Amino acid sequence: MVRLADNTAGWGDKPGDPGYEDRLAKFEARVARGDKVEPGDWMPNDYRQQLIRLIHVHANSEICGALPEGTWIPHAPTFKRKLALCAKVQDEVGHGQLLYRAAETLGKPREEMIDELISGKAKYSNVFHYPAETWADVCVIAWLIDAAAIVNQKMMADGSYGPYGRALRRICYEEAFHLTHGYDMCISMATGTKLQREMLQDAVNRWWKPIMMFHGPADKESTHTAQLMKWKIKLKTNDEQRQEFLRKYLPKMFNLGLTVPAEWELRFDEKSRTWLYNEPDWEEFKTVVRGNGPVSSQRLETRRLSHEHGRWVREALTAAAAGKRAPLPPTAVGAAS
Amino acid sequence: MDSQWKIFEVFHQSARGEPHVHVGSVHAPDGDTALMLAKEQFGRRQACVNIWVVAASAIVATSYDDADMFEHATDKSYREAFGYETTKRAKLAGDAEEI
Repeated sequence: MVRLADNTAGWGDKPGDPGYEDRLAKFEARVARGDKVEPGDWMPNDYRQQLIRLIHVHANSEICGALPEGTWIPHAPTFKRKLALCAKVQDEVGHGQLLYRAAETLGKPREEMIDELISGKAKYSNVFHYPAETWADVCVIAWLIDAAAIVNQKMMADGSYGPYGRALRRICYEEAFHLTHGYDMCISMATGTKLQREMLQDAVNRWWKPIMMFHGPADKESTHTAQLMKWKIKLKTNDEQRQEFLRKYLPKMFNLGLTVPAEWELRFDEKSRTWLYNEPDWEEFKTVVRGNGPVSSQRLETRRLSHEHGRWVREALTAAAAGKRAPLPPTAVGAAS
Repeated sequence: MDSQWKIFEVFHQSARGEPHVHVGSVHAPDGDTALMLAKEQFGRRQACVNIWVVAASAIVATSYDDADMFEHATDKSYREAFGYETTKRAKLAGDAEEI
């Protein structure tokens, strides 16, 4: 009999402890035959830590992904686009909550993760360190970046950790609407006026580098991949995910008359059935995700302010639940900061 | 960290007559707030007619380590419809009468 909230079996267990090797062998055999790992199960500490790291970054990315899009809600070109964008932003924030919860089942408190994002200690996806300069950027984010994210999330949904897989299946269901809406927006731009077509191509040109970096460093540079794949946390390498994205979406882009900037020297190799390209600068990628991207500090500042502005709501709900009189809201926006 | 609320497990019912199915969880200071948050998180898409929330701390579960407790010690096929060969036996009975 276990308490559902008790989820740290084997926490702190390390190689050399009595019976550790047996437990590890049993765990790896289970994962290898496709069993799912649940919160109460024993798991190696590395497995736990790697999952916390991945899910935490994923959750932060959902929260930060809502920021460039949220900015554009008041500027949406039609009422329908505005409603769809509002729904998308609400979805992204909801995904963040689902993912924080999945990471929490591994023993890291949700509020601690939120604090680490605000303080700049925790990472989030490279793509959200860049500004959304025009409406076409919103279209490209909603189509191509969500497409790249779905390639990653569909794979992770089949991974070995139960709660993460369940959260991702739900997330993928909702992302399907984002992707279709994004594609619809890009089709509108691509079949619109000359100015609209130029705006869309300009957005693709600026976003192509972050998109090529989205699935993470090339396999030959990646330090975690082998272990993550052994434990079925990841089922495809970064390069395999990138190829899947290119294979699926380049034809759709070309069909809309879009091109990839020439410096990438993108070409299809018939023999290996893969797309070849000039490797991105992975040092630049690492610098950006450490919080030194073009708008990294603005992103976190926006996040920090909204956390402050929401504080009175959290306090009021906590007080009300304790049967106390709820504190009053600040009289003006900004008064809480 | 200015709040670490309780965890409530969320059960969602898609139509009257259907079972409530566990869909995830929310953090909230009390049940009413948990219901409100659960409605936003799990009831804004797909059909939903009812939601339950339960404090996670109130749920007692079996351990996966004890999975063998669900194994049958003896043959219990007599409890299942497939445990009876009615079609075959009825056919045999019919054949017997013809002889």
